[in-house]
Amino acid sequence: MTISDIVSILEARILCGEDKLSTEVYSACCSDLMSDVLAFVNEKTVLLTGLTNMHVLRTAEILDLKCLIFARGKIPNDDIIARADQMNLVVLTANKTMFTCAGLLYDGGLRGAAMAWKEEDKL
Amino acid sequence: MIQAKYSVQKGDYLRAGEASADIKRVLKRLGIEGTVLRRISVAAYEVEMNLVIHSMGGNMEMFIKDDTIWIVSKDEGPGIKDIEKAMTAGYSTADSVAQGMGFGAGMGLPNMKRNADKFTIDSTPGLGTEITMGFSIKGNCDG
Repeated sequence: MTISDIVSILEARILCGEDKLSTEVYSACCSDLMSDVLAFVNEKTVLLTGLTNMHVLRTAEILDLKCLIFARGKIPNDDIIARADQMNLVVLTANKTMFTCAGLLYDGGLRGAAMAWKEEDKL
Repeated sequence: MIQAKYSVQKGDYLRAGEASADIKRVLKRLGIEGTVLRRISVAAYEVEMNLVIHSMGGNMEMFIKDDTIWIVSKDEGPGIKDIEKAMTAGYSTADSVAQGMGFGAGMGLPNMKRNADKFTIDSTPGLGTEITMGFSIKGNCDG
């Protein structure tokens, strides 16, 4: 699926990165806890979140994410959008709950990111 | 020898993560990439967030020696009373401010240990905590 498909499926608004909508995405992850995203995601993926602070961008930078989707119609402040644009991220906002966003994307063929935390990693 | 040192302030959520982002940029320029770069970046970010959330302030150091990249974090307290408990996935003493920032899931220390090839933690209550993480770059060139 491309980011452009996500825009149509979620009827999302594009906040930045309009020139990169043809980017292919293979998996998605939903969380408001960046610690969990850092612990459980180990591949390039789309992040759906309701958290709109700088740490979403930091997490995206650390994990090389390509697309952020803010659920529940949330819009981060202009500084964050400007920084995301500099980082070449596509940022979308969807006026639906995270559950509905995830369900629609799953229905459209997108699957969850493989959990990086395997059984043998447990301490 | 490549070496970088960063001071990290208690409660400075605005700048938190800058040191890790810089470490990632430096290593990327040196040709480190793929999985090993991500493991180092994630562990660095977690240790930096721990300094911001839990410590009285401290510093992070990154250096490369032979085939290993080292990240060492030292803080000025308050130290960890029960390291075993702190290492348990899901256990957290982070306050509501940290949680509001998306942290405090209790995954920090376990995630550092999982990502690092070598991990040691020394802590003395009242004095401080020192975390040392080593990442082997030998045989990891495929990323």
